[in-house]
Amino acid sequence: MATLISAPQVQEDKLIEELGYDDHFHDHHHGDKYQSNFVSTYIFSMDHKMIARQFLITGMFWAIIGGLMSLIFRLQLGFPDESMAWLKPILGQWITINDEGVGQLSQEFYYALVTMHGTIIVFFVLTAGLSGTFSNLLIPLQIGARDMASPFLNMLSYWFFFLAGVVMFASLFLNTGPFSGGWTAYPPLSALPQASLGSGAGMTLWVTSLVFFVVSVLLGGINYITTVLNLRTKGMSMWRLPLTIWAFFVTAVLGLLSFPVLASGFFLMMCDRGLGTSFFLSEIFIGGQALDHVGGSPILYQHLFWFLGHPEVYIIILPAMGIVSEVLSVHARKPIFGYKAMVYSILAIGFLSFIVWAHHMFMSGVNPFISNFFVVFTLIIAVPSAVKVFNWIATLYGGNIRFNAASLFGIGFVSMFISGGLTGIFLGNSAIDIQMHDTYFVVAHFHIVMGVAAFFGMYAGVYHWFPKMFGRFMNETLGKIHFWVTMIGAYAIFWPMHYLGMAGVPRRYYRFDLFDTFRHFTEINKFITIAAVIVFAAQLLMVINFFYSIWKGKKMTTRNPYGATTLEWTTPIDTGHGNWPGKIPAVQRWAYDYGKDGKEFIPQIVPMAEGEKDGGDH
Amino acid sequence: MATTDTVIEHEIQEEQDLWSGGKQPFKASYGKLMMWYFLLSDAFTFAGFLIAYGALRFSSPTWPVPDFVFSTAPFGIHHAPLIFVTIMSFLLIVSSVTMVRAVQEGHRENKNGVVFWMLLTVLGGAGFLMCQAWEWTNLIGTEHMTVTTNPFGTHTEDGVYLNADGSESDETFKAGESYLLHKAAGGGHGEGHDEGPHYETEVGDYAGYAVNEKGFVLRKFKVTEGEDQGIVKAEALGPAAFGALFFFITGFHGFHVFSGVMFLLIILINAASGLYVKRKNGYEMVEKIGLYWHFVDLVWVFVFLVFYLL
Repeated sequence: MATLISAPQVQEDKLIEELGYDDHFHDHHHGDKYQSNFVSTYIFSMDHKMIARQFLITGMFWAIIGGLMSLIFRLQLGFPDESMAWLKPILGQWITINDEGVGQLSQEFYYALVTMHGTIIVFFVLTAGLSGTFSNLLIPLQIGARDMASPFLNMLSYWFFFLAGVVMFASLFLNTGPFSGGWTAYPPLSALPQASLGSGAGMTLWVTSLVFFVVSVLLGGINYITTVLNLRTKGMSMWRLPLTIWAFFVTAVLGLLSFPVLASGFFLMMCDRGLGTSFFLSEIFIGGQALDHVGGSPILYQHLFWFLGHPEVYIIILPAMGIVSEVLSVHARKPIFGYKAMVYSILAIGFLSFIVWAHHMFMSGVNPFISNFFVVFTLIIAVPSAVKVFNWIATLYGGNIRFNAASLFGIGFVSMFISGGLTGIFLGNSAIDIQMHDTYFVVAHFHIVMGVAAFFGMYAGVYHWFPKMFGRFMNETLGKIHFWVTMIGAYAIFWPMHYLGMAGVPRRYYRFDLFDTFRHFTEINKFITIAAVIVFAAQLLMVINFFYSIWKGKKMTTRNPYGATTLEWTTPIDTGHGNWPGKIPAVQRWAYDYGKDGKEFIPQIVPMAEGEKDGGDH
Repeated sequence: MATTDTVIEHEIQEEQDLWSGGKQPFKASYGKLMMWYFLLSDAFTFAGFLIAYGALRFSSPTWPVPDFVFSTAPFGIHHAPLIFVTIMSFLLIVSSVTMVRAVQEGHRENKNGVVFWMLLTVLGGAGFLMCQAWEWTNLIGTEHMTVTTNPFGTHTEDGVYLNADGSESDETFKAGESYLLHKAAGGGHGEGHDEGPHYETEVGDYAGYAVNEKGFVLRKFKVTEGEDQGIVKAEALGPAAFGALFFFITGFHGFHVFSGVMFLLIILINAASGLYVKRKNGYEMVEKIGLYWHFVDLVWVFVFLVFYLL
């Protein structure tokens, strides 16, 4: 039996030995430098696989914090009259208990929760936790490299993210609370320290944290781009890259070009806050007193912010798209449908994402003629997005699909992306946006399309590559329960919000039962809150599954448990530093040879037969 | 013919091979690529600032005229528009030329050449920084421009100034002409400006002028053209955004030059110590800092354009 299992492995090793190339990596004894003691192995590690795990676990920590915050404000919205006194031990002064013993959530803190929920999930979880994790893990493994181009900068990238997290975490404990002006940090709430409780020290820490975060993203992005361009193994042409790598590559380019502009906005804002300049402030009155600030423009900040903010949406969703393409193809046992169309649509989305930012500002008083421009390009993004959706469905069509947690989340991603994408077409029209702006319709739209969908992509990746990260499998049954509860629960949370939004219910309100217009939505709000609690519980199940499986999960017995073609499955189960113990494998074919010539799959390292045509390169 | 065809075919083949993996497609090491991508992102940061500059400038009704603002140089030179900044820019641009020479000497593996030309580059950069320090000192200390206050204004109407006692003077001006507000206290005239009449230092409204809470003398004038003809008005502070943007953007650029000089010094010391002689990639560090230095130079061209020329 043992020989039967290892037979393909022996053959693979022979192929690597014969066709791969020797970079004399192991002559240099790099391994000692990288993994000689606890600190250099687990903490200040320069190994991309360890850094990926650091990103993932830090991201999970933040996801739990960000998720808990949403539960607290959902409880407020669903049950505004219930006592929150039981949260007093955690929230302290932010719960005030009245004479009847009913505890109420402070309104300032409600806004702080909403703000922090957005900031944490968008930046710390779905940017660092998603693209940080999988770019680090997969880029060197799938392109056939020993590590990132600069392992040292890669380590710095993680530690700047960590530092950003520490500063943000500290802001949660401020006496005046964390920043509470919305995750977009529009001036004047963000630019004037006296504007609200959270605008003082809370905002100072918020903006400091995010500047560190920008540094982290840039260090990471420069590394990812360079690695993909320069360190591909022999034979790995751009048209043979797995779609994951294409997605991470374009994501890194987007980050590299958009985050610096956000940093520009932040630096100018710091001056407004600290030096008394008026870049973003003009004609402000506080308590009837005119401030000394004239000549600035709050709209300018919005432009600088959304020039990042919109590409940021794609920085979040592109890695998920790449992961899903890979996972679906592997588990449907079929080549990805329309590989080149997938690549071109990633590039098109990447390009278009830079010229649509003002669709977030239709109601900010931008010129309606300029709005036209942004409407047109926003709607054009639907084209490459639809190409991708079509290709995923075509990949699944007629496939011999293995329904495991990874592929289920992949399919769930496609469902979420369609549902959320369709409402994007509504909101992209400036005329409809006037009605929908700042309602729960918007909340439903972006949570489904970039929140839930991106999480689904991330889960698909975690379940799929968990064996590569930890040498064990996650529990499938728990994984499937996690999927079904999350899938049904997420729709239960966000579907009703569309109706609320169309009825004009505004977002970011503290409670609705006091308004005659919105009072009859009380039951819907209760329903949403209950669904949110259940979905959050399912995520905790996933976390338990994750940590349990790291130590107690089913062990990996073969290198390539899924029968996948890509290079990461040619590395040893316990992958050491440098990834391959001997030579680096050379690539002979594209990444999606499933079901070709009567074979279930043909790994990328297998040479092409006489007269065989390569899949991607035509 | 046949041979040229073969050569071209060979070149095309080589071009394709570059991208087929196992090679560096741009024939540049990862370090150089990283520097390029960093510079690309940094360019976007500066672009963000310059766009902010454009947005604020073009939403402001008036803007100080650079020929008027930047007309002072050390050693008491006045009315010399853009002379000083020309010297400054010249230093920086020449330091780019010396940088090119340093890189070239690096390719030739000539240690002494590298050290010599890098030293000149450091001197150019440091000279630029000293010039900038003087310019800032002059603007802040003598002309009282800060990030929140800009004393450089522009007239929007034709008019004639009043004397301190309120009587009409023979000093006339046209719309579009510039003025610099002086402080009444502490002798407050800009260095080298003609001694004028004595002004009160207390905040208040006087016959021919007003003194605002920041201590600036706002001279009164009578409008001689247009709708408001005959009405007496007072000078006002110029758009505050000018000062804020000037100090912020030239400061951000100056910080880049400063870090550049520091990096140049470190690499200069490394080169002098013979560190790069032993390295496989030789003087590549010199090349990388060279990329950065040229970039900082290029950014200055844009900063120079928007603040000093437009």
